[in-house]
Amino acid sequence: MDPVIRIENITYTYPDAPGPALDGVTLRLQRGSFTAVLGSNGSGKSTLAKHLNAILLPASGQVLVDGMDTADGENLISIRRRVGMVFQNPDNQIVANVVEDDVAFAPENLGVEPDQIRRRVDGALKQVGMYEFRMHAPHLLSGGQKQRVAIAGVLAMEPEVLVLDEPTAMLDPRGRREVIAAVEALCRDRGITVVLITHHMDEAARADRVIVMDRGRIVMDGAPGQVFPQAEALRALRLTVPETTELILRLNAAGMALPTDAVTPEACAAAIKEALCR
Amino acid sequence: MLKDITLGQYFPGDTPVHNLDPRTKLLLTVAYIVALFMVGSWGGYALVFAALAGVMALSHIRPRALLKGLKPLVFIIVFTAVLNLFFTSGEDVLFSWRFIKVTYTGLERAIFMVLRVLLLVSGTFLLTYTTSPLAITDALEKLLSPLKKLHVPVYELSLMMCIALRFIPTLIEETDRIISAQKARGADLETGTLPERAKALLPLLIPLFISSFRRADELALAMECRCYNGGQGRTRMKQLHMSGRDAVAFALGGLLVAGILILRKLGI
Repeated sequence: MDPVIRIENITYTYPDAPGPALDGVTLRLQRGSFTAVLGSNGSGKSTLAKHLNAILLPASGQVLVDGMDTADGENLISIRRRVGMVFQNPDNQIVANVVEDDVAFAPENLGVEPDQIRRRVDGALKQVGMYEFRMHAPHLLSGGQKQRVAIAGVLAMEPEVLVLDEPTAMLDPRGRREVIAAVEALCRDRGITVVLITHHMDEAARADRVIVMDRGRIVMDGAPGQVFPQAEALRALRLTVPETTELILRLNAAGMALPTDAVTPEACAAAIKEALCR
Repeated sequence: MLKDITLGQYFPGDTPVHNLDPRTKLLLTVAYIVALFMVGSWGGYALVFAALAGVMALSHIRPRALLKGLKPLVFIIVFTAVLNLFFTSGEDVLFSWRFIKVTYTGLERAIFMVLRVLLLVSGTFLLTYTTSPLAITDALEKLLSPLKKLHVPVYELSLMMCIALRFIPTLIEETDRIISAQKARGADLETGTLPERAKALLPLLIPLFISSFRRADELALAMECRCYNGGQGRTRMKQLHMSGRDAVAFALGGLLVAGILILRKLGI
């Protein structure tokens, strides 16, 4: 399968920064995959995200989105339309004071026909479960609802890739669950490629692939079941492991023989049940 | 405490007045204001009052809502009345006491002035009560669009207005939070002389300013990510449509202006 985004050995240094934020990153993102990016603060994960839709351009190396080079200014709008981006604070992403007008912002910018915009707006709001709130004022919604409106605002561009930069960092547990469930459904049901940058290990456990970054480099890359059991290596990078992996590792240390790749709560529960019933 | 501030004061509804094209309402409000200044007789004011009452009944706006809006204007209205009452010269003196002299002309003028201010403000309130701020912005953009030829950035101005309206509640919330934070650090915002209190506002305004700039930065980035690149080639989801209803409204507005002019000619 051809990757939707190819990153070839890119480096990037912020102006006035002592060292590079990205230091030789090479990455391929498969179409329809769900990738989680982990790393402590300053590891370069947000910088990497900003390279995916040409907010930042690499100092060396190149980023190709559907074969288009992000460094070529001609491609800017086509790339941004294909790679949607959602940020941490939903308040600072919402432009209009009615939900549906905000979701219409991107297709209006793209010059889509009015009745097509209406179809896209309704579709995007339904996909994130916010259709009933289309006439509401955004500031009266909860954090999770606002963030889902922000996601709908990006979906209205009909993107192929959805990049989320710590979308749940400012939300309460319920808002977090709402947002992650919506994102997961978009990937599984709609085939949208998802790149989720997060500090929450339980969110990363739901991905197909986990990438761990440290000091501008990718240091681990694999399925959650392969990455998370390396608890010592992760702790050395100032990261934790999901509670499920923690539980399995401790049970194994106490003498059980559970499969360490059971990282989602469902798989973990099934593994423990099987071991107990044996 | 700051959350109670309402701006734009829009009362959503589904009445003939609400459903008019916002451009119609905006133009008719302007015509209404101009016409109001041509009224100079009791008959004229009665006609305008009847028209206003009619629109109010059609739009299901309760008189109480209107009176509540007029409350902050009491001082200006009383001031206007007093000024006209005592400082109009004329021969038909009603009564005089030392240097105070009230003439019949002055009394009539004071009453007319008060009526004019009341009717003027009520008319514009009816516009904002029945039209969402966004619809007014849209209407302004459409009506001013000929100015685009003169390189006036009409679209950008209307987007600015829209974003300002969007961020008012967010910034009010933020101000509330900063007030709490500063109070928790022992800031005293309520006592002291006026200059002292003005100085105490600085620790509120500076964080608010800084956070607004940060917000603006993030919003600009989010807008760019959603393919914003100016007003060129942009389409709109909601198209404004004039319908038969708007034609009726314009006809009624024309009748009102004609009526005012006839009454003025007749001097009733």
